[in-house]
Amino acid sequence: MRRLLNARPRVGGRLLLGLLPILALVLLYLVIATARHTENPRDKITPIPAAMAAGIQTMAFEPDPRTGEVPLVADTKASLSRLGIAVGLAAATTLVLGLTIGLLPYVRASLGPLVATISVIPPIAVLPILFIVFGLGETSKIVLIFVGITPVMVRDLATHVAAIPEEQIVKAQTLGASTWLTLLRVALPQALPRLIDSLRLSLCPAWVYLISAEAIASDVGLGYRIFLVRRYLAMDIILPYVVWISLLAVIMDLALQAWSRTSFAWAHPPRNVR
Amino acid sequence: MSKLAFRNVWVEYGSKIVLEKVDLEVADGAFVSIIGPSGAGKSTFLRLALGQEAPTRGSILLDGEPLSPEPGPDRGVVFQRYSVFPHMNALDNVTFGLDCAGSPLRGRLGGKDKKLAREAAKALLARVGLEHNFKTYPRALSGGMQQRLALAQALITRPRILLLDEPFGALDPGVRLDMHALITELWTEHKLTILMVTHDIKEAFKLGTRVVAFDKRRHDPQAPHRYGSTAVYDFPLDDKKSRAVPPVLKGLVST
Repeated sequence: MRRLLNARPRVGGRLLLGLLPILALVLLYLVIATARHTENPRDKITPIPAAMAAGIQTMAFEPDPRTGEVPLVADTKASLSRLGIAVGLAAATTLVLGLTIGLLPYVRASLGPLVATISVIPPIAVLPILFIVFGLGETSKIVLIFVGITPVMVRDLATHVAAIPEEQIVKAQTLGASTWLTLLRVALPQALPRLIDSLRLSLCPAWVYLISAEAIASDVGLGYRIFLVRRYLAMDIILPYVVWISLLAVIMDLALQAWSRTSFAWAHPPRNVR
Repeated sequence: MSKLAFRNVWVEYGSKIVLEKVDLEVADGAFVSIIGPSGAGKSTFLRLALGQEAPTRGSILLDGEPLSPEPGPDRGVVFQRYSVFPHMNALDNVTFGLDCAGSPLRGRLGGKDKKLAREAAKALLARVGLEHNFKTYPRALSGGMQQRLALAQALITRPRILLLDEPFGALDPGVRLDMHALITELWTEHKLTILMVTHDIKEAFKLGTRVVAFDKRRHDPQAPHRYGSTAVYDFPLDDKKSRAVPPVLKGLVST
């Protein structure tokens, strides 16, 4: 008899095994929803699929009579642009700070402690300050996401750059590289795949901050919508919205991963199938 | 005519003395093997020659001029590991030196210069036996091939001095023999001055024109860190002499 730790599923089997728990959860929900629906046809807490379909129809395919826009489309546009701007700014800042802190002892000595201090402040705790300073508009939401994810990303990248073997840095200098060329051609290319990894991990908190900011002060956005309809116990809208948000997050993650694999193939050793 | 001179060089870390009273002259075109037990300051000595570290006392002169206190293109280096850039393929690893020299802003040559640099790099890669691996990334190269690549990369800028820090230490015995032949040929072809730190005493005597052994001359059991190492033996070798390891060294380094 083979030991359990040596038994491996085949490719098809792996897919099936991965799907099973998800299907089981969906099934469990359907059973509960149907049971509650039979008992009370006006139940709102666990909507049956037909009710959710109606909810999706209103939100995703019919324009809002007041604004003339389809709510889901407007919300998605607003949220993604906030997220995109904030994450883009965070990535650019991380690249500049992470590279210089990691590579240059003087910058590390002067900015390292500051970044370390900022990264322990819970971002939500400074949200009131952001609202006071930047108002309730787009800026404060973008700044919240930026403040929330950047310090950790900077620390991660700086650590990674500082861990580039000393031999490589010395070697570059013996080949005539200046500080600038060492940064540009030795540190930067090795930092980029790490930055993408770091972005993938940071997207999760970025969504948290986005939805928090939208829940508190906004008039459009995915987070705004689910907190708005919460007042009416509109689970038939909240649940599809949550699924949609998850889908967006998964697509972003896969896109970043694919980018890293195609552009920085050297950083991805061929995996042993296990 | 001496090329590289160490004059009364001391290296101290706080109260710990690593090297003391090192006086050495390395002639142009010499192949100096540096041996000694672990912790005898061989690597510190190499770091001094590289400019990675400055002596606490004394001076290091290159052709009579004080040595620049940071690594520069006049001294090439090959380490035991991590000598090549993992994010560049073999060809880019070798052209890097020319890119730096010719394009201080972008770090990349263009047009005709780029073509010339690539030709030079290809020739050098072919010389070290990597003519089929121009596009290969270091990860996909064996240990011996990585060291061949590191040699080509170091030689492209035509350094006057080549520093080798246990360059063959991580290689299989067979591969090591091939590398011995290669380094000897390159040393002659490029008229290099080589300083090589090695743990392998037979390798030291086989390759070098001179073998320098580092060890502590004095030892204080109460305060072992208060005496540093220095060059305790210095064997000039010429081809007529036997290249057998002298009996006096048998206890110094395990073979």
